[in-house]
Amino acid sequence: MTTLAFATRDSSTMVRRQLKRLIRYPAMTVQLIITPVIILLLFVFVLGGALGAGIGGGRAGYVNYIVPGILLMTAATAATGTAVMVATDMTEGIIARFRTMRISRASVLTGHVAGSVIQQLLSMTALILIALAIGFRPNANPLEWLATIGLLTLFALAISWLSVALGLKSPTPEAAGNAPMPLLLLPFLGSGFVPTDSMPTVLRWFAEYQPFTPIMETVRGLLLGTPIGHNGIIAIAWCAGIAAVSYLWAKSIFNKA
Amino acid sequence: MTNLAIAANGLRKSYGDKVVLDGIDLAVPEGTIFALLGPNGAGKTTTVQILSTLIPADGGSVRVAGHDLTGNPDDVRGAIGVTGQYSAVDKLLTGEENLLLMADLKHLSRADGKRRAAELLERFDLVEAARKPASTYSGGMQRRLDLAMTLVGDPRLIFLDEPTTGLDPRSRREMWRIVRELVAGGVTIFLTTQYLEEADQLADRIVLLDHGRLIAEGTAEELKRRIPGGHIELTFTDPHLLDAARGLLPAGVADPEALTLQVPSDGGVRSIRELLARLDQNDIDIDAMSVHTPDLDDVFLTLTGQQKEKEATR
Repeated sequence: MTTLAFATRDSSTMVRRQLKRLIRYPAMTVQLIITPVIILLLFVFVLGGALGAGIGGGRAGYVNYIVPGILLMTAATAATGTAVMVATDMTEGIIARFRTMRISRASVLTGHVAGSVIQQLLSMTALILIALAIGFRPNANPLEWLATIGLLTLFALAISWLSVALGLKSPTPEAAGNAPMPLLLLPFLGSGFVPTDSMPTVLRWFAEYQPFTPIMETVRGLLLGTPIGHNGIIAIAWCAGIAAVSYLWAKSIFNKA
Repeated sequence: MTNLAIAANGLRKSYGDKVVLDGIDLAVPEGTIFALLGPNGAGKTTTVQILSTLIPADGGSVRVAGHDLTGNPDDVRGAIGVTGQYSAVDKLLTGEENLLLMADLKHLSRADGKRRAAELLERFDLVEAARKPASTYSGGMQRRLDLAMTLVGDPRLIFLDEPTTGLDPRSRREMWRIVRELVAGGVTIFLTTQYLEEADQLADRIVLLDHGRLIAEGTAEELKRRIPGGHIELTFTDPHLLDAARGLLPAGVADPEALTLQVPSDGGVRSIRELLARLDQNDIDIDAMSVHTPDLDDVFLTLTGQQKEKEATR
């Protein structure tokens, strides 16, 4: 077998390792969805009336408005779990064992990334189902749904590599739990909960140019038919860029350690 | 001439200002048990980490299993197995899954992997626990699983970093039995330990490591001979007799409080008989006598003690 074939085989072995762990401990995945669901319910039922009135469309319109932002937040929450899991894994002797074996080094990380992407997609699916139950009414056709799933998967991949890198960089699992925290704030500091033109200048400038905003705008456009403009391309570029940089970063930390 | 499983020259490693390994040489013949003995912080684990490709050395040349450590780390990795101080098992997976994971990573076929896992579960007495998560295993069981995982790929050279630290005496003896079996099968073992008894029991050759330097090397017997740890302890009933004996045996070390005299000796029957005869001729009665033959503890304490004195005078 060639080196590439071995690398592929090792990666699929590591992905299976991660999947077994996820299946055996479903609580690890379930707990990740709790926070985003609470935020969704709080914003819809507590703040939704007032915010919805401000945006126009009332509480019913507000459910539609915030689902894209909460979707990204759901992914980011799951990514926090990944960072903790990676940091915990690094403290275990098993990683030292992997390093002394003739295996593709990145395969250990690939396993975590694949597990993380699956967790994020499951969490986002659960969130969409709950949102549908409380009045989320997307008008997307099958093609638009497919594009949404594609973009969110790409986003999940980017966030997974980023959180794997953050998990590797963290000295302890506790620190790893805090490292991805800013990701949870980005939907707020963008167009996730209120339109950016309602914000003061400096904040609005940040909100419009940070990576989450074009992604949220694209998802909103695909699911609800709002204008997308250049946001689609920008969103894909951000996701690909974050994924590539995080991948190289994670790999270099792992090889150095 | 036998082939060397490990040949290291001038191995060095420092972390910042702290010198962990100060130029050590190692020659481990194939098919033997080699013990690296030293107190905590002597540099044992660092040595294993370097030899097993986990961390790079700062200097020195090393060949492991015939491959250059810096040039061909992947070939070295293909030939070795490592069981570290902290159990290297995936605690979320079952024992069987851990073994199958290793089989996959060693690129065994599915059937071969299953057969090998079943064999090892049997051999390490883990059949009943095979389908339970490793997190539920006792310390001894985790260590056995750990070693079983190391053996999946049939490595020719195995590093055991303090394999019995923290194990109860029964598990320790069990581990020793397994190690002896492995060597009988032609495997080379590089063992680190802080237990002298373990090195004495298992190792063909022992090196003593202290503060990053090798301070002695040889078989357990050779090391014991190197130091004057053996003595005969004589106990007297009265201080005058002790004084008389001291006059007769100037090499002895007296303890006036306990009324004892320690006379250096190899502990052999002939020298004991001679000693007793001399005391008898001079009418010196002894109350009790005990023979103390040197063990590795003496070697260890003497040599590490000397090292400390040398360092203090520097």
